[in-house]
Amino acid sequence: MADRVDVSEPFQAPAQQREAAMMGMFVFLGTEIMLFGGIFTAIFVARLLHTEQVVEASKRMHVFIGGINTAVLLTSSLAVALAVHSARARKARRSAALLAGAALLGLAFLGLKAFEYWEEYRDGLLPIFSDPPRFSTPAEHLFMNLYFLGTGLHAVHVTIGIVLLTGVAVRLVLNSLRLPDRTVVVEASGLYWHLVDVIWVFLYPALYLAR
Amino acid sequence: MTETLAREPGPDRTNLNDRGLSETQSERQSYLRAGHTLRSWLLTTDHKRIAILYLISVTLFFFIGGAAAALIRLDLLTPQGDLLSNEGYNRAFTLHGVIMVWFFLIPSIPNTFGNFLIPLMIGARDLAFPRLNLLSWYIYLLGGLFTLFVLIGGGVDTGWTFYTPLSSMFANGHVVLVAAAVFIVGFSSILTGLNFIVTVHKLRAPGMTWGRLRLFVWSHYATSLILVLATPVLSITLALMAAERLFGLGIFDPKLGGDPLLFQHLFWFYSHPAVYIMVLPAMGVVSELVAAAARKPVFGYWFVAGSSIAIAVIGFLVWGHHMFVAGQSMYASAVFSFLSLAVAVPSAIKVYNWTATLQKGQIALDPPFFFAMSFIGLFVIGGLTGLILSMLAIDVHVHDTYFVIAHFHYIMVGGTVSAYFGALHFWWPKMVGRTYSFVWGRLSAIFIFFGFNLTFFPQFILGYLGMPRRYHVYDPAFQVFHVLSSAGASILAIAYVMPFAYLLWSMRYGDAAGPNPWGATGLEWTVPSPPPKHNFHTIPVVTEQPYNFPLERKEDG
Amino acid sequence: MTAFRQLIFVWAILQGLLLVTVAGSFLLSGFPSVALSFGVAFAKAALIFWFFMHLREESGLLRLAAIGAGAWLLILLILSGADYATRAMSG
Repeated sequence: MADRVDVSEPFQAPAQQREAAMMGMFVFLGTEIMLFGGIFTAIFVARLLHTEQVVEASKRMHVFIGGINTAVLLTSSLAVALAVHSARARKARRSAALLAGAALLGLAFLGLKAFEYWEEYRDGLLPIFSDPPRFSTPAEHLFMNLYFLGTGLHAVHVTIGIVLLTGVAVRLVLNSLRLPDRTVVVEASGLYWHLVDVIWVFLYPALYLAR
Repeated sequence: MTETLAREPGPDRTNLNDRGLSETQSERQSYLRAGHTLRSWLLTTDHKRIAILYLISVTLFFFIGGAAAALIRLDLLTPQGDLLSNEGYNRAFTLHGVIMVWFFLIPSIPNTFGNFLIPLMIGARDLAFPRLNLLSWYIYLLGGLFTLFVLIGGGVDTGWTFYTPLSSMFANGHVVLVAAAVFIVGFSSILTGLNFIVTVHKLRAPGMTWGRLRLFVWSHYATSLILVLATPVLSITLALMAAERLFGLGIFDPKLGGDPLLFQHLFWFYSHPAVYIMVLPAMGVVSELVAAAARKPVFGYWFVAGSSIAIAVIGFLVWGHHMFVAGQSMYASAVFSFLSLAVAVPSAIKVYNWTATLQKGQIALDPPFFFAMSFIGLFVIGGLTGLILSMLAIDVHVHDTYFVIAHFHYIMVGGTVSAYFGALHFWWPKMVGRTYSFVWGRLSAIFIFFGFNLTFFPQFILGYLGMPRRYHVYDPAFQVFHVLSSAGASILAIAYVMPFAYLLWSMRYGDAAGPNPWGATGLEWTVPSPPPKHNFHTIPVVTEQPYNFPLERKEDG
Repeated sequence: MTAFRQLIFVWAILQGLLLVTVAGSFLLSGFPSVALSFGVAFAKAALIFWFFMHLREESGLLRLAAIGAGAWLLILLILSGADYATRAMSG
């Protein structure tokens, strides 16, 4: 079935425009990987320089909360992948529902994270906020700083992702995002969310599973 | 390719009703006249207009950074610190570095000439993401605004390199604000690089294979790879430093077991590739200027194209050469030293190829050629001294001396700024539709070359003799070299202002340029000067190799 | 297998890998532990990129763009790691 798909300047063909949008998104995701790369490098170096203390500090992390959060994000990723699948099949409402579900799971992630920070705050392990701080070694303090910065930056990205997915879901429901022309918007937003998931997939072992 | 010194009818200067603007036919239909309101400029998505917006902004920052340089050179006329206080001197060189690196050098060629020319050169109507392009400019301005606030607020004294623990723990001044400014302008860089990459991949005209791309486009593509891969690391590094400073979240704090050198690893992982961001576009410009001046295809096209990619890749592997004496392990330093020698090879390949291009060419001694020659000569000196610095054993003695300062100014100022002016003189007729006085053009190239060498050559000697960098109080034995250097700087300053005079003059009084005033090859020379808003009436189909100059010219008989 | 079923299946494998990596953190230590936890992380990331992000349907160029940054990050990690690993060695 031939659909009239709009092409905006300077593109000549819809496929060209879609490929450009996807490529742009993947390049952007690459920049996000490099951004978090700085934090991963700092964690890596801390582990090289203070192996035992970092392992000890990592053992005091809430492995199961982190694990549940990982499962939550992986499930939200599934929801997004299914949402993209639905959008490609032109099922706007189903896609919107799945995106909304993913966003809710994202909120659940943030909620668990907040709970975790609260526990750490009470245990005297949350940098800046815990007063008095009760780090067993200076290296644990360093490690918790990195934990706070890494998961904090990640949480900012999760929040952006939630807003993005919700926005796309709303536009699908209100019919202001026409499928199939603008399927790429759902796809590109989905890519962002998946990357947020991938970053967590690496943050979890780096911070929680150092043994 | 049409032969071309054909001129179109010039502006009618006697017609007082011509809105007082003496326009040519092409100008009336050009992108410059597509909309007269401020809004049409500030909300444009036309890559050509955005290029002009950048041209104006980078020029403004060039002068601000230059003013800081003037303060430095004035203070250094005497061995005592009498013009500026110690704090003041630190703030002067910091601001000079911050502004020149991030607000002039990095955007200078890519965001003006890259923006203007890449779509034209590949046969497209615009970049892949025109609105993102405009956003890049606004983000750049926002970063610039933050920097101006810092400047007015008294500045920062850490050096443009923001080393910890000085920046994160001890410095006075608006460190976080300037870090924020650089963080913000980083996004402008990232979006520009993203835009160029997707544009080159997806918007090439039919028949424009990678092997038919202009070398200017190849070098901007390589630059864009660096922009997107390296800049985010700078962003996170500055954020970590600011977090340590603002919130006490010590990452680099030795008391917690952090390593201040980690900051340097992360900082230079970006900042070394950043210098290739500054020089690769300039090399792309030189390839174009040399081919056009010699009226010959560039010798060894694939070597020149490949060397751009090689420089971009190897450039990521050498950053430790900034840290030879900082506490880095000797073994890692040896590895970085070796890799730094390797990165010189592709640069040298380009110089050989440009020289071979000129051989048996019919060289036209026009202003762009003068600037290209200036680049090649000064870049060779800068590059050779770079090789000297990458030798671990030598760097131990000249690290943090004026030798280093002279080296990088030869590349960035002798090299990039020469190429920037060369590009300005070459593509000015295309951008505004008028030609300018070649006599003045050649004169400013000569004065710039002379002033530059007088400014910076004595600095090699100073560094070799042991004058440290970032000091304004020095042993009186060094004074004669500083005086020579400052004298050169004053000549350079005048020489840099000269082009503004005759180029701006040409916009009103210059002869109409016509589509191809240089007789060069390339798609941008097939459209009118200045180009219409949508570049091409119909998207061209490319069937020929680039630089396909005719083997013989009519004049040769 | 329909696309829908396939995505669920991938999800199940991902959760399984999660269980493996958590269990591994209790059972292993030192280098084997690092190898397992990051090996699993890479496997999960590969699955997410290939199936959830639809890289299996995209061009080679896009696949390259997707993993390019990861490769680049390795440069940062390896070369700075080389410094830290060899600092204690005097000579």
